[in-house]
Amino acid sequence: MSVSVRIPTILRTYTGGESELTVDPAEDTLASVIEALEAAAPGIRARVLDDAGALRRFVNVYVDDDDVRFTDGLATPTPAGAKISIIPAVAGG
Amino acid sequence: MPTTHVAPSTTTDPDAPPATPDFGPANKLVCRECGATYGLGAAYACIECFGPLEVGYDFSGVSRAVIEAGPQNMWRYSCLLPVASYAGDERNLNPGLTKLVRADNLAKALGMTGTLWIKDDSGNPTHSFKDRVVAVAQSAARRLGLGTIACASTGNLANAVAAAAARAGMDSVVVIPSNLEDGKVLTTAAYGGILLAVDGNYDDVNRLCSELIGDPLTEDWGFVNVNLRPYYAEGSKTVGYEIAEQLGWRLPQQVVAPIASGSLLTKVDKAFREFASLGLVEDSAYKVFGAQATGCSPVSAAFRAGHDVVRPVKPDTIAKSLAIGNPADGPYALDVVRRTGGAIEDVSDAEVVEGIRLLAETEGIFAETAGGVVIATLRKLLASGQLDPAAETVALNTGDGLKTLDAIADHVGPTATIAHDVDEVTRVLAEHHARLALEASLAAQA
Repeated sequence: MSVSVRIPTILRTYTGGESELTVDPAEDTLASVIEALEAAAPGIRARVLDDAGALRRFVNVYVDDDDVRFTDGLATPTPAGAKISIIPAVAGG
Repeated sequence: MPTTHVAPSTTTDPDAPPATPDFGPANKLVCRECGATYGLGAAYACIECFGPLEVGYDFSGVSRAVIEAGPQNMWRYSCLLPVASYAGDERNLNPGLTKLVRADNLAKALGMTGTLWIKDDSGNPTHSFKDRVVAVAQSAARRLGLGTIACASTGNLANAVAAAAARAGMDSVVVIPSNLEDGKVLTTAAYGGILLAVDGNYDDVNRLCSELIGDPLTEDWGFVNVNLRPYYAEGSKTVGYEIAEQLGWRLPQQVVAPIASGSLLTKVDKAFREFASLGLVEDSAYKVFGAQATGCSPVSAAFRAGHDVVRPVKPDTIAKSLAIGNPADGPYALDVVRRTGGAIEDVSDAEVVEGIRLLAETEGIFAETAGGVVIATLRKLLASGQLDPAAETVALNTGDGLKTLDAIADHVGPTATIAHDVDEVTRVLAEHHARLALEASLAAQA
């Protein structure tokens, strides 16, 4: 059930500098992956989610090739072996 | 309470003394969302909330006289940019101070009674406004000791980065979607440097570049529109500064700007506000209007729906230089347009081509697709009554039509192909004039 999560530079203080973590979420959803991430790197959830528990406005999360805003957001399925990427949205143009 | 952070480290030598790069009047990076502050470095997103970082300043010694005594390019505004006073003396493309063209013919064609101007940034060294932003980012790369400038690009930025690197003797890495117009691919490759064409759209390219940040491979790289984005974006202010100075140190009543990421529109507004707050121009009211292609119109859709967040889309338009489905500054563009009382509209690809042709046929300015989007949107805003035809208006042309010949290849061509014979010329001209007379007659009846 494990999935890999790519960690952006600005969150690596929570991962001891690691650019990628492998976690085993309880369920196959992005929400569950973030909970597993929090268990592995405490503090990281509050950086990715706002006080209401929604993805922050300037965070992009991809499950494999899909931007989760085009799929089911935090309910997006994350099958075993999925590659998840968290990146700041403030790039480009 | 906003948080203060120290400057992100960009040095690889732990024993090196802390450098104090010269960024002129700039003194910090500030998160636009939560107000956290950071030292000046290669950073673009807030550690606290992921919000975009923007350059903060302590301006001093800014006056019309200082600016007017400056060089005939964008470096005349160095005192208002995050650059050292000597940035313009370093090897660069020296962009800016492009023409502000009085567009009386176009105004007449559109039924406008107020003065219409085209700020024609196709006159920049690589023929788009992107030379301005790259010049500031390149200066930041120098101050931060980064030897390679890189970018994710829809084409115009690719040209600008590759050329600026060549002029400066720096390395460049340009990453583009593989389906870009040939004109933009070839005119990037010509400058040398590394050019990576990625299977995917611009947002895929942007994602790739964001993921490369922090990779040891890119330790020496400054991605102009990613980790140098706070500096880069400030270069767009010079479009606004120039408009105000070229109008005789005053602000126009209306501005129409294209929206890709939304950064340019917000920076033109920022330039006007800075000039007003520094007393360089009278603090007169103005409205900012935004233009998008319907095939990539997330900001226009949000404006119409009354939303303050922008839902990303998958782009499908000939206006590839505006084809950013997930615009980083979309929410801020909405804020500016709503605050100033403007509007945002979008136009079809067919209207984009009509816009390109209308500007070319009335003013002799051949715009790329983004310029076509602006002119077509201007026409649409006039027709809907959202834009005042009697008010002084500036429309931005951000790039040269030679970059996007594909867009009009099926719509224009020779009037006739003939033998080298005088009678043939006579016949063709007679037919041509008869056709024009018929069209005029039909138009009058309509």
